[in-house]
Amino acid sequence: MSRQAPAVLDAGQRHPVRFTLNGRKAGGEAEPRMLLHDFLRHVLGATGTHVGCEHGICGACTVQIDGAPARACLTLAVQADGAEIRTVEGLALAPDRLSALQEAFRAHHGLQCGFCTPGILMSLDALLRERPDCGEAEIRETLSGHLCRCTGYTPIVKAALAAAEALRVPHHA
Amino acid sequence: MTLDVHAQTVGEGGWVGISIPRVEDAALLAGRGRFIDDLGMPPGTLHAAILRSPHAHATIESIRTDAARAMPGVAAILTGTELRALTTSLVVGVKAPVECWPMAIDRVRYVGEPVAVAVATDRYLAEDALDAIEVSYAPLPAVVAPLDALRDGAPLLHEGFPGNIASDRSFSYGDPDGAFASAPHRIGVDVDYPRNACTPIETYGVVAEYDPALDAYDVLANFQGPFSIHAVIARALRVPGNRLRLRTPPDSGGSFGVKQGIFPYIVLIAVAARLAGRPVKWIEDRMEHLAGAVSATNRVTRLQAAVAEDGRILALDWDQIEDCGAHLRAPEPATLYRMHGNMTGAYAIRNLRIRNRVVVTNKLPTGLNRGFGGPQIYFPLERLISRIAATLGLDPLAVVRRNLVPADAFPYRTATGALLDSGDYRAALDVALRDGDHESLLARRAAARVEGRLYGIGYAAVVEPSVSNMGYITTVLTAAERRRAGPKNGAQATATITLDPVGSVSVHVASVPQGQGHRTVLSQVVADVFGLRPSDIRVVTELDTAKDAWSIASGNYASRFAPAVAGAAQIAATRLRERLARIAAAQLNARADELVFSAGKVFSPGNPGNAIPFTRLAATGHWAPATLPEEVEQSLRETVFWTPPQLDAPNDADEVNSSLCHGFIFDFCGVEVDRDTGEIRLDRYVTMHDCGRILHPGMVAGQITGGFAHALGAALLEEQSYAPDGSLLTGTLADYLIPTAREVPEPVILHYETPSPFTPLGAKGVGEGNTMSTPVCIANAVADALGLADIRLPLLPSRLSEALHGAEPQPPHHEARPPQATQGERTLFGRGRASVDATPEQLWAMLLDPALLARVVPGADNVRRESDTRFRAEVTLGIGPVRGRYRAEIALSDLDPPRAVTLSGSVDGALGFGRGRGRLRLVPVGQARTELTYDYEAAVGGKIASIGGRLLDGAARVVIGQFFESLAVQASGRRPSLWRRLLRLFRRRA
Ligand code: FES
Ligand code: FES
Repeated sequence: MSRQAPAVLDAGQRHPVRFTLNGRKAGGEAEPRMLLHDFLRHVLGATGTHVGCEHGICGACTVQIDGAPARACLTLAVQADGAEIRTVEGLALAPDRLSALQEAFRAHHGLQCGFCTPGILMSLDALLRERPDCGEAEIRETLSGHLCRCTGYTPIVKAALAAAEALRVPHHA
Repeated sequence: MTLDVHAQTVGEGGWVGISIPRVEDAALLAGRGRFIDDLGMPPGTLHAAILRSPHAHATIESIRTDAARAMPGVAAILTGTELRALTTSLVVGVKAPVECWPMAIDRVRYVGEPVAVAVATDRYLAEDALDAIEVSYAPLPAVVAPLDALRDGAPLLHEGFPGNIASDRSFSYGDPDGAFASAPHRIGVDVDYPRNACTPIETYGVVAEYDPALDAYDVLANFQGPFSIHAVIARALRVPGNRLRLRTPPDSGGSFGVKQGIFPYIVLIAVAARLAGRPVKWIEDRMEHLAGAVSATNRVTRLQAAVAEDGRILALDWDQIEDCGAHLRAPEPATLYRMHGNMTGAYAIRNLRIRNRVVVTNKLPTGLNRGFGGPQIYFPLERLISRIAATLGLDPLAVVRRNLVPADAFPYRTATGALLDSGDYRAALDVALRDGDHESLLARRAAARVEGRLYGIGYAAVVEPSVSNMGYITTVLTAAERRRAGPKNGAQATATITLDPVGSVSVHVASVPQGQGHRTVLSQVVADVFGLRPSDIRVVTELDTAKDAWSIASGNYASRFAPAVAGAAQIAATRLRERLARIAAAQLNARADELVFSAGKVFSPGNPGNAIPFTRLAATGHWAPATLPEEVEQSLRETVFWTPPQLDAPNDADEVNSSLCHGFIFDFCGVEVDRDTGEIRLDRYVTMHDCGRILHPGMVAGQITGGFAHALGAALLEEQSYAPDGSLLTGTLADYLIPTAREVPEPVILHYETPSPFTPLGAKGVGEGNTMSTPVCIANAVADALGLADIRLPLLPSRLSEALHGAEPQPPHHEARPPQATQGERTLFGRGRASVDATPEQLWAMLLDPALLARVVPGADNVRRESDTRFRAEVTLGIGPVRGRYRAEIALSDLDPPRAVTLSGSVDGALGFGRGRGRLRLVPVGQARTELTYDYEAAVGGKIASIGGRLLDGAARVVIGQFFESLAVQASGRRPSLWRRLLRLFRRRA
């Protein structure tokens, strides 16, 4: 990450934070202690990223920072200054056209309450991009960084496998 | 999975029974969900944070809030005093002179109990304010285990519950004494079922507003029902029901029962809003959730059976001790009584004795959790079946078969009063064994055992109740008490269908889904009635008690959606269709009862060419109401209140039909236990369900895989554990372990459908069954693998390897002295030495100087000298994810100037407490150097004790290291860099 945060930030002050969010410029002000998920959700109104634990375990807050999955709850907003951030809101191809991964989740009932889903999609999106040939073991490995209480994971694994397949055969996507 | 077969059993061309994509999904997948924390709030909304007790049991001596009130952005601080002034205690489900407040008043009874609420302009500031609230506690002895709570002289939680017993009832059905006297065998099990919780990934959220002009509250909360709780909240807030508007957000991030337990927080935040004079929002954080939301009950059970030679069970004798935690919150002790009608499980057993005791302990109060009472009874019952087989040398399957309710007995009235609606248990079992390939599991077990591996097979047969009778809870009262209180029964479901001016159809139900796809299923059900497509139907499931049709039974619990709510929607749609048919009959010159609603048209079967578009017909009631046939009245809206007649109140013999539907589950599995590590590998898991008619196979499968994962967690990993002093040991998701995709294999799901004759669609509930069957099925398999009679959940590798290899010897302690910590607190020991460039006299002077002490105690400020040997300070410490402020008291004793001194201290803060003592010795080395040696022991409790021992030990060493580092720096004026080496040395020695 190549951002230049000012050397010293004043704890009581708000500091400007600017980054690219899903391909568009976004920005606001944050105290140094503000977490990235709070900044995304409550300053920018991008509420698709969810918060399930705030201590790095559940994975619900996962976003992509400069292409790599990261926990927004373990990232300060000021750390994200200058970064390229992608969230679940940036996955769909168009407002009425879901991505192959999202479609696969819908077809295989990979979600119930949908609260864990945005984080899972962000991790899987990165996995499928990096490792298009990944199989079930690798998918389960990636998913093990996420907690889902509704689905029992089986339908999520199926959705991920189907999405990998669809992405390998582009005309399905 | 064999689900496709069932899709075809559904009526021709119908939508019900087909796995259509869910209407909920597109928005959720695109990040456009509307969960409570996603919704816009009224301008000026304030944010609340809650201060919670670090003690399991303590008297609150004082709460000082002035400093917190003076902080920037702080609008109000709510403590027990204000709460008592503005509200009434929550009602308690048994007749006893006890109170149950949503926040501690004068006394805390569990770690995590709310003590104060800070309201500020944002959450960060509200949390800052918590740090400034000073609470002084006088700790009391705590009691954690239910059997300890019953002992003479146990610490008493509530004066109104003498002996910590909230209820003690005995029941007898048939002739248990005769059966036990004459039976050739008496076989029993003793079970200590652990506590766990379903922990939805979205936590609780409340937004509340108070209108002083109307004395009315408006609350938005991700509450799940039952709405009987609306009455509890209104009563606590001292308003009539019509002055409490309770709304739910469109989406909720899972519940599994847990979000019923939000109601004390609704009261709390509502009062905070009243006090602050502005809307107040509170979103629970995860650590609050684990410590302070709600838990399932833990239960100690002794179950005995009178058994015939052939394995037939002649009588059961249940002795259950239910642990409801620190308060008996509504609807407890419902967990203990939900299964009352089916205490004989899937078996035909006519003689029964039951003793039910409810105890209170210094733990989180309990409430709804998936399975609600099922895991607690099926674990002993199905362990018993397995013990009967082992004791009598029978095949467990033979014992199961011998006792199952026979197919020709349905509907079958159990000894305790349940009416099992439908089923063919033996046939379902046979299909499961065949399609689940039981034979191959037997072969694998045989082969594994030949190789000396530990392989076992387990079974479980379970009746899964759904659609609770609101009256079952009153079984806890005596018949006389019930007569005085008046009858309570039923399971009313409501649904409303509305037609708008362009003839499109909306459905509204009070089912409050938490991710189960209710909107999709209702669109299928209603589309079938009107001959439309599901996409033509708009379904609204958020509830507003001020505007919608609801009853106390409304909500999302007891697996009631498919059997009750979907049925009510079908009835409402059918009634509206009948009205429309009458209108159409007049126009088509046909008989209303012969009209066909299909493909968006309405026509007579004899003349399909002459059809009226559905939308036009449906709009008639708006545009031309005067033209309607007289008996139609209106055709705009139909609301149905559906009450199944089978759910009577408990009778004088204490028989109760506790649930409307009873699904059947038969599970079996093969497991292998690693001989060295005690780790379990689930080789295959087969689960057979009779959940009546299946409305949406994909969602039924999702309910089963989801319930299975919860159950697997309960079986293998999850326990909310408390130290004997009541400290919570599982306060983060790193400590409370939830299974991930690596631990949860795919189960083989099978179905055997016998539609329920008691529900409109023939469906039964399905979401909870595996939490009842799976933990004991796996335990039976592990018992089979290891040849164990006694087995306790969760099946941690450490427990199993202890069973295999005996207990591990305690590591030799480098400290000979016995710890002074109360048993169960985390205890830390250490010793070390350092060498300082100063004389003992110089160091001695420093230890007695508050200003210098302030500089050497890490994170300390505001050190005050109370006497020559006593100091007070405020200390900020961060341990792992938990950073907090503590009040410290330091005392010097056994002074031997300038050679030795004992330092004892205690710290106390929102995040926990600790105390310790250490002896410091100063030995002069040469002219101007001192060799400083110390040893210490410390004990910590409260929230910080729940974040994991390694973190804590490490943090303590760092803090102590910092203390000596700065002492040395102060004494010698040297730079710390030199001390780093010593520090490292000291850490190695410690
Ligand atoms: S909210 Fe970030 S990992 Fe749970
Ligand atoms: S879908 Fe509800 S937590 Fe995963």
